Amino acid sequence: MNSTDILLWVALPYLTIAVFVTGMFWRYKYDKFGWTTRSSQLYERKVIRIASPLFHLGILAVLGGHIMGLLIPENWTDSAGLSEDSYHLMAVGLGAVSGACTLFGISLLIYRRRTNGAVFAATSKNDKTMYIFLTAAICLGLVTTLVGSGIIGDGYNYRETVSPWFRSIFLMNPQPNLMAEAPFSFQIHAVAGMLLFLIWPFTRLVHAFSAPVQYLFRPYVVYRERGPHDPGSRPVKRGWERVG
Amino acid sequence: MKIMAQMGMVMNLDKCIGCHTCSVTCKQAWTNRTGVEYAWFNNVETRPGQGYPRTYQDQDKWKGGWELKRGKLRLRSGGRVKRLLQIFSNPKLPTLQDYYEPWTYEYDMLISTPLGEHTPVARPKSLITGKPMKIEWSANWDDDLAGGPELAPNDPVLVKIRDQVTDRVKLEFEQAFMFYLPRICEHCLNPACVAACPSGAMYKRAEDGIVLVDQDACRGWRMCVSGCPYKKVYFNHSTGKAEKCTLCYPRLEVGLPTVCSETCVGRLRYLGLFLYDADGVSAAAATENEHDLLQAQLDLLLDPNDPIVQEQALRDGIPQDWLEAAKNSPVYKLAKVYKVALPLHPEYRTMPMVWYIPPLSPVVDALRETGNDAEEAGNLFGALEALRIPIEYLAELFTAGDTAPVSRSLKTLAAMRSYMRDVNLGREPRPEIPAAVGMSEEMIYNLYRLLAIAKYEDRYVIPKAHAETARDLEELACSLDVSGGPGQYKPGPFGAASSRPVPVAVETFHALKVRQTTEVLIPLDAVRMNLKNWHGNGTTND
Repeated sequence: MNSTDILLWVALPYLTIAVFVTGMFWRYKYDKFGWTTRSSQLYERKVIRIASPLFHLGILAVLGGHIMGLLIPENWTDSAGLSEDSYHLMAVGLGAVSGACTLFGISLLIYRRRTNGAVFAATSKNDKTMYIFLTAAICLGLVTTLVGSGIIGDGYNYRETVSPWFRSIFLMNPQPNLMAEAPFSFQIHAVAGMLLFLIWPFTRLVHAFSAPVQYLFRPYVVYRERGPHDPGSRPVKRGWERVG
Repeated sequence: MKIMAQMGMVMNLDKCIGCHTCSVTCKQAWTNRTGVEYAWFNNVETRPGQGYPRTYQDQDKWKGGWELKRGKLRLRSGGRVKRLLQIFSNPKLPTLQDYYEPWTYEYDMLISTPLGEHTPVARPKSLITGKPMKIEWSANWDDDLAGGPELAPNDPVLVKIRDQVTDRVKLEFEQAFMFYLPRICEHCLNPACVAACPSGAMYKRAEDGIVLVDQDACRGWRMCVSGCPYKKVYFNHSTGKAEKCTLCYPRLEVGLPTVCSETCVGRLRYLGLFLYDADGVSAAAATENEHDLLQAQLDLLLDPNDPIVQEQALRDGIPQDWLEAAKNSPVYKLAKVYKVALPLHPEYRTMPMVWYIPPLSPVVDALRETGNDAEEAGNLFGALEALRIPIEYLAELFTAGDTAPVSRSLKTLAAMRSYMRDVNLGREPRPEIPAAVGMSEEMIYNLYRLLAIAKYEDRYVIPKAHAETARDLEELACSLDVSGGPGQYKPGPFGAASSRPVPVAVETFHALKVRQTTEVLIPLDAVRMNLKNWHGNGTTND
C-alpha cells in the first residue's frame, strides 16, 4: 500500500462525501429555484419517449444493484441460503440488462441532445461536463460487470474486497488495502463514481433527490396561506436569500 | 360548511372586438422573458377555431381535467402511481409545435448589411434554435377565421356537434357566426393542475383562491401542463419551471384590477369575489350528469347577503371588508343573480372561476340581415329559437352541451336590449319584456347599468389584501423606510437611488403616482428603470 492508495481510497472518498453533503445542503438552501429537471421534452417528444424512461428506470435498477452488492455483506446472503454462484448469476444477469438499458438510454439521450437543434441550444457547459462524468461511470461500470462475471478474464468476486472497503468508509474505519487489491477496472470505476458524486450537487443531477414520493400521500388540492409579506411582490433582498 | 373567498372574473363576449390588447399587455407584464416566449397567459381565440395550443379542447387526445370513474372523481390522465411512472416522459405534454415556435427577425441585418444591389431583409429567426425558420403557426394564426375552410373544421367543439349539423348549415354557421374568446387561467375551485403536481408546488391561495406555482418548489415534472384541460400552465424551457397566469395578484392585493382587465379596450372584464362552500367542491365536481354541473357549481356560490352566510364567513376568517366586497361583487351578480354568465367547459369538472356572458351580437346581426327589426323582443326571441347551431356551439363551450342555460342567458340579454330601447327612445317601457325572462324592470335596468354603462368601480370590486400585521413586523426591522419602499418616498442613506433594489410591481405604482402628481420637483436620478424588462443590453441609465 502506498500513498496513492491512501489518496484514492481514503482521502478521495471522504472528500467526496464532504463535498457531496455540504454541496447538496448549500444547493438546497440557496438555489431551490435552480433545482429542477430542466426537461427538454417541450422541444422534442418522440425520442425522449423511449430514451428517458429507458435510462431512468435502468439507472434505478442499477442503483438497486449497487445497494445489494455494496451494502449487504456476503455472509448475510450466504446465511440466507443464497449460494455465491446463484448470487453471481442473478447479479450479472440483472446488472447486465439494467446496465445495457441505461447505456442505451443515455446514448439515445446524448444523440438526441447533439442532433436536435433546440435541445442542443438548451444544453449548457455544465450539462456537457456532467454527461461526460455520468457516461464514463456507466461505461466503466458495465466493464466491471463483465470483468466480475468472468465474461472478460477469470471473473472476480468484488464482494470480498470492494464491498467491505465501501462499507469501511462509512464505518469510519477505512481499509484502503482491500481496494488496492481489486482489479484495475473496479478501481477506475470507483474513482469515476466518486468524481460523479463530487460534481453531483453542482449539476442538474440534483433532481434525483426530489423524487416526489410524497405525492402518493398528500390530498389532491393544496391550499396555502398568502403568508406574512407585504401586498405586492416580495421585496428583493441582497445576495443569497434564504428560501422557504 | 367552510366558506372561502374566490377572486373571479366575468368576460362579456358581446363586447370583445378581438383586438388582443389584453394579450399584449399581459405578455409585456409577465412573459416577455426567455423561456416563455411562446407562452400567453392571456390569449384571444377566434371561435370557431382550433385554439391555443392547437385543439387543446380535445380531451380524448390531451387527457386534461377530471373524469368520473365508477362514480368517483379522478384525473383523466390516470391515478397517482401512473403519473409518477410517467414523470420521465409525460406522454400528454404538448410540444412547442402544438403552441408555436417563437421567432424574432434579424433586424440587425437592416443596418449592418454592406451597401449592395439588393435591399437587405430581416429574415425570421427561431428564438429556440437561433436558426432561420419558416413561420407556419402562431398563438392566433387562425384569427378572424383565417384559413377558415381548412383550419376551422378542426375546432374540437365543432367536431363534437358536427354529427348534428348538415354541411349547408355548417357553412352558413361559419360565415354568420364568429366571436372571440379571451382566455386566462380559470383559477378553478377544483384545479386539475394542482392535483397533478407531484412536487406539491402548485397551490390555491387560501385567501383569494388564486392558483399559483411556487417557483422554489417546482421541480419541472410537467404534470400540471398536461393536467390542465385549458392548457393554461406553461413550462418555462429556460428555467425548467412551470409558470402560469397569476391573476396579477400583486395588483389585486392593493386593489387594482389585473393588467388584462385594466387595459381591455372593450371594458368587457369584471372582477370580484365569490363566496363558496369549500367543503362542497369535491361533491359538486363529482355530479353524475354533465348537464347538472353548471347548477352544482352555482349552488356552491353562496349569497353574501344571507345573514347566515355572513356569520359563517366571519367565523371562517373572512374579513369584514371582504364581505362587503362580496356583497357588491359584479361577478356574483352576473353568474348567480342574473344568470347571464356561464363557466367555460364545466364538463372538465374543475369548477372554473372565469365566467363568460355568451355573445348575442351574432344573432342580432343575422336577424338584421334578414330585414327584420333586430332589437324587437319578439323577433329576437324567435331568432334565438331558430338559430339552433350557434346556440349548440355555445352550449358545447359553456354548459357541456345543454342549450337551456345558454338560451336563457341570451334571452335575458335580448330582453335587456329590447326593453332599454323603449326607455332610451322615450317610449312607454314594456314590463312584459323583463317578465318574459323572469326578471323585474329594476333588475333589467341594473343589469343594463352593469353591462352597458359598466363603470370602472362597478366592474372591479377588489378588496385589498390584509397584511397589517406583516407590515408592522417589517417596519420594526426598518427595511421599508427607504426610497422606493412601499409607501415611503424618503431617499436612502446614500442619496436618492441608494438602498435596496425596488420591488417590482405595485409598490412602485403608488410611488410613481405620487411623483407624477406632486408639486415638489423630483431629481431625475431618482426615477427608476424597470429592471424586469431589461434584457442585458446597455445600462439602465441610458
